[in-house]
Amino acid sequence: MNTRSPSPQTPPDPLGLSLSLSMSRREALRVGLFSTAGLLLANGHVWGAGTPPPAGAGLPAPPIKAKAKSVIQIFLWGGMSHIDTWDPKPDAGYDYMGEFRTAIPTNVDGIQIGELFPRLAQQADKYSLIRSMTHRNNGHETAAYLMQTAHTPGERLAYPSVGAVFSHFKSPGYKGLIPPYVVLTQPQGRFSEEGFLGPRRKPFATGGDPSAPRFEVEGVVSRGITDARQKARRVLLGKMDTLGSAMAASPELAAAELAKQQAYELILGQGKEVFDLSREKPDLRDRYGRHTFGQDCLAARRMVEAGVPYIVINYPGGWDTHSNHFATMRRQCPQLDQGLAMLLQDLQDHGLLESTIVWCCGEFGRGPKVDWQPPWNGGRNHYGNVFTALVAGGGFKGGHVVGGSDQRAEEVKERPVYPVDLLGSIYTLSGIDPHAPLPHPMGAEAHVLPAAAEGAKSGGLLTEIMA
Amino acid sequence: MNTPRFLTLVALGTLALSFGGPLRAQNVFESPLPPQPTGRIDELVFANLARLNVQPVLCSDGVFVRRAYLDVIGTLPTAQEARAFLQDPDTANKRSRLIDRLLERPEFADYWAMKWSDVLRIKAEFPVNLWPNAAQAYHRWVLASVATHKPYDQFARELLTASGSNFRVGPANFYRAMQNRTPEGIATTVALTLMGARAEAWPAARLAGLAPFFSQVGYKPTSEWKEEHVFWDPLGTSTAAGNTAPGRAAVTAIGTTPPAAPSLPVGPAPALRPAKAMFPDGTDAHVPPDRDPREVFADWLITPQNPWFTRNIANRVWAWLLGRGIIHEADDIRPDNPPSNPALLAYLERELAGHRYDLRHLYRLILHSQTYQLSAMPRFPAPEAVANFASYPLRRLDAEVLIDAINQITGSSDLYTSPIPEPFTYIPEDKPAIALADGSITSPFLALFGRSARATGMVEEKDNKPIPAQWLHLLNSSHIQRKLEQGPKLKALLDTGRHQAATIEELYLTVLSRFPSPGELKNAEAYGQVQPARPAPAATAGKRGAQPVKTVVIKRREDWIDLTWSLLNSTEFLYRH
Repeated sequence: MNTRSPSPQTPPDPLGLSLSLSMSRREALRVGLFSTAGLLLANGHVWGAGTPPPAGAGLPAPPIKAKAKSVIQIFLWGGMSHIDTWDPKPDAGYDYMGEFRTAIPTNVDGIQIGELFPRLAQQADKYSLIRSMTHRNNGHETAAYLMQTAHTPGERLAYPSVGAVFSHFKSPGYKGLIPPYVVLTQPQGRFSEEGFLGPRRKPFATGGDPSAPRFEVEGVVSRGITDARQKARRVLLGKMDTLGSAMAASPELAAAELAKQQAYELILGQGKEVFDLSREKPDLRDRYGRHTFGQDCLAARRMVEAGVPYIVINYPGGWDTHSNHFATMRRQCPQLDQGLAMLLQDLQDHGLLESTIVWCCGEFGRGPKVDWQPPWNGGRNHYGNVFTALVAGGGFKGGHVVGGSDQRAEEVKERPVYPVDLLGSIYTLSGIDPHAPLPHPMGAEAHVLPAAAEGAKSGGLLTEIMA
Repeated sequence: MNTPRFLTLVALGTLALSFGGPLRAQNVFESPLPPQPTGRIDELVFANLARLNVQPVLCSDGVFVRRAYLDVIGTLPTAQEARAFLQDPDTANKRSRLIDRLLERPEFADYWAMKWSDVLRIKAEFPVNLWPNAAQAYHRWVLASVATHKPYDQFARELLTASGSNFRVGPANFYRAMQNRTPEGIATTVALTLMGARAEAWPAARLAGLAPFFSQVGYKPTSEWKEEHVFWDPLGTSTAAGNTAPGRAAVTAIGTTPPAAPSLPVGPAPALRPAKAMFPDGTDAHVPPDRDPREVFADWLITPQNPWFTRNIANRVWAWLLGRGIIHEADDIRPDNPPSNPALLAYLERELAGHRYDLRHLYRLILHSQTYQLSAMPRFPAPEAVANFASYPLRRLDAEVLIDAINQITGSSDLYTSPIPEPFTYIPEDKPAIALADGSITSPFLALFGRSARATGMVEEKDNKPIPAQWLHLLNSSHIQRKLEQGPKLKALLDTGRHQAATIEELYLTVLSRFPSPGELKNAEAYGQVQPARPAPAATAGKRGAQPVKTVVIKRREDWIDLTWSLLNSTEFLYRH
């Protein structure tokens, strides 16, 4: 099937593909957008099964307009250093700045970032930096839980992560052909992402490597099995499943059969084309960077086009740089710089930045004072007192800095931003009521975000950068 | 394939079926013999079924051998074991003999320790954070308890009263394997684990009465990294700020404490704290100041007369083997959730208490009953029939059992590691998933297929509900495909050069633990590349055109793999039935 042509449900392409040679770049991109968007409408409602969530807790709707249709979360797991990257303190001296001593200007007056991010410096009008993120928790799992649920670790309930909450609220109306909550490429296993929402809300982890010649998405794009063989296998399975046929009346099996049909929609249907990066122009792929992270970003943009509500990129390799810190930063930051800067530019070129939130940070920052002593020999430790998060698009204004840290990036100087504030802003911009109840299998009372009465610290929603 | 020859074969098959031949599904999965009550369990269950007008049906030997292996040792029978059982002519006794043999297998301890590890929350990392050494010590104690058939009352007492280092005294980790270590939090965990009750739903006064028994549990760090002592701390010394062993910064560094803990009053440690405790049955407790209140509680709980203790474990064991408690859910014992068959539960309780809490006695009683050996065919879908065990419930294999079975069939293994904390943990390659101690070992497969999160110890934490991503993995992942293509055991099975039918039979015994029916054999033989038969050299001369074109089915290697793949994705393989 030639899926490059728009499907019948999409608006007709006024130029036609025959004119593509004379099309402007923007027009060509628009055609590309239509053809991927066609996938999303083609024969939908596959992943959207489920009862609609209950209405909000009766509170007035937040005054901010929900603009975001998709979210891309770039999780810098392990905890990326803030002082070496997006909150540089050139005056703090060698013991703090270590090898990266200079800050560079950006395309927004008055905003400077670390020297390893020249490309991102040219995109500063598209994103805002929150330099006063804080939760004061220095354990990987507990801090990751805080940053992805905003709930205090240690409660009896295991809350779902942001992506699972999106999956819960966005699935009922979702018409896409690929699952509503996708992780590129490996799940982060620090805690069970779906929490008490159960396995239906688990992320779909692609596996594979998008920078490889063929992005082999585990379970979807398999090596060496043709569609003809897939179909022959499916027929064979129907014949060989003696017990399944004998027990077809079992409700238990009916649920399994439905799940199997959904899986086959992905194996044999058009959804897998979303993962086919060879459909992109080689020079665009080059500009994202021919490394896993760069191509993760490109794959994420294609998923946004296909309507996926929540996409996580777990940064390949992570940022837990206790030792060998500066060499790791020299290796990884240029890739982060290239992939993220291009993602923002490309989303804008596709007219998608307005409706797509991109947020990027780790579970914490890293100690602003370098550990020069053995065995760290110039490393940085976990640091949750203050760190930086980057947000862009979907109703977040670009070109601003929220809050700030002190002279040595050790404490919040002004406007603390807690996990509740960041996640609450993302939910609000996405039309999810942060006070809405979540269904708990044991009937316990649970809400998307903890209420103030539960002791969660808050500095307020990020209204200064929410349009 | 729509040749007249094929149609003839189909017609013959139908003929065989009408004569009661072996093609009917019922004959593959069910026994023609009517169930005969063999003991008190059957009398009590069948009496209820008669009232519901249900005539139960026994499972076939092929179903039984697979069911018994999976339920008793969490391991698939090998082709050799399945064949030996099926061909054993001693039909009157072979099921009983198999049960007794399985209860002595080493995998029995691994598998039942795994079930206990879910209940007891054995997990090194988030959210209970036992830490690796402690998770190992805890699991070693559970495994040894199962392997040596430690009486359950002794097992429970050791859990309830243990003190000592988390690295050295396994059961002391019971008090660490919970997120909420307040007296109320501990009491809630104790109620869930040893009373099968959800204390959150109790009247507030009952939980308030239980909590003081656990108000003197102390935790103290040592100078060894992540070592922690659980001890009886009547003076509350471990809650005083700064009162730590050398080398530790502060008491608040212990595990995960609730947010209120860091602000505990600093000052002189309180004098002996009186514990105003009340037993959950409403009687007042007298806790002398020179006794650990946990022991006072254990004395009350661990008796045959206690209304929760024996009931909880008898009901749990029944639920483990029959998929559903007599009280359902198995950890929700309360007055307004009565047992579906009170006499049956009472009988099991008496038997267990009368046999010095030897759980094997209970396993034997249940496994030998005809009730356990009923067919899984969904003849009786009414809720009352389900609650009265009219048929064996269909359940997807546990994640651990499923991957072990696939590895056993193909002769491959999975790599189990844990990247946190450094240094990384690597589990020896030949270790099956049912024998893993630590619930935080990294395995995308186990996570996808719903192993227990081991966060709360509740029954429902193990989730076997189907989701599309599981099917993507089974139908089409490189993980499974690689095992099918490269697994040395499967290669050896498929490459022997036997007659096709013999290979198909071996494949059925290996994957489904039974012989194929003639119809299945034909379907399996027909899969492959249909080609014209090479004419015999003598026939090539002369009248070739007059002869009908004969075809043969050639099986390439990938056709064999597809066949194996289809059996691995069949309901019969994926489910306990």
